[in-house]
Amino acid sequence: MKRSFRILAALLVLGAVAFWAAAGANPGWTKTRVPKRVTDEVTGLEGVQWQDKFVPGVDFLGAALLGAGILAGVSYFVPAKSK
Amino acid sequence: MKMKLAILVLMTTTSAALAAPQSFDFKDPKGINNAGFKLDAPLESINGSASGIYGTVAFDAANPGATQGKITVATSSLIVPNPMQRQHMLGKEWLDATKFPTIIFESKEFKNVQTAGDTTTADVTGTFTLKGVSKELTVPVKLTYLKDKLGDRVPNQKGDLLVIRSNFSIKRSDFNINPGRFEDKVSDSIEITLSVAGASPK
Repeated sequence: MKRSFRILAALLVLGAVAFWAAAGANPGWTKTRVPKRVTDEVTGLEGVQWQDKFVPGVDFLGAALLGAGILAGVSYFVPAKSK
Repeated sequence: MKMKLAILVLMTTTSAALAAPQSFDFKDPKGINNAGFKLDAPLESINGSASGIYGTVAFDAANPGATQGKITVATSSLIVPNPMQRQHMLGKEWLDATKFPTIIFESKEFKNVQTAGDTTTADVTGTFTLKGVSKELTVPVKLTYLKDKLGDRVPNQKGDLLVIRSNFSIKRSDFNINPGRFEDKVSDSIEITLSVAGASPK
């Protein structure tokens, strides 16, 4: 049981880091919309179209680390083997 | 005598009609018009834009310095990438979008007007209203008059286009947006970029 919690904590950290890196390793805050620049050919104006997209940021990593820390902490209070 | 009078009246009305400023509507059917804003913050700068732009500008190609107009931005159309930041930005403590649903710039006077071809640059003094606070600002603008180009942008419509570009900065403290507070998290200075096109159908 203790080991399961610790493995789960490690998986959570690894999974979160892998997801964050795969999504572009955004060093800023988590985004749920990203701007797409579009240029109007007639006027030459550059506009912004917002697209729904989840881009995890450092707050996402922080939340995952916190969750992993809680899981690892809980592991100290559970018996090594369930009877 | 009657003939001469008729010609005189016709010439007067025609020249008056030609000299009259055109009214340009800035509600953009293509959704390109936008006002961008940027504030410095410790982790990353806050970059957003607003698309809910409308207003009218009276522009006379023969006398660009006489341009008058009012551009309004719907506060609720302001978007930033982070949902929590957007919620805070539109909330009571910051812009209070429910109580102050519009951000307005109304021009009063054009100065330092320089025209080259279809492009006019000037410093425009006007009233900028944000969060219910109105301040007089002078901002640089670039106007580009695109005669008979409306049809290229909106099919089956004839008319002219007027493009307005402007970059300027304001201080949020001047507009009662958390003056003196959270400056370690969000800068006092806000960089604003206006890129809009208006149409004058014929």
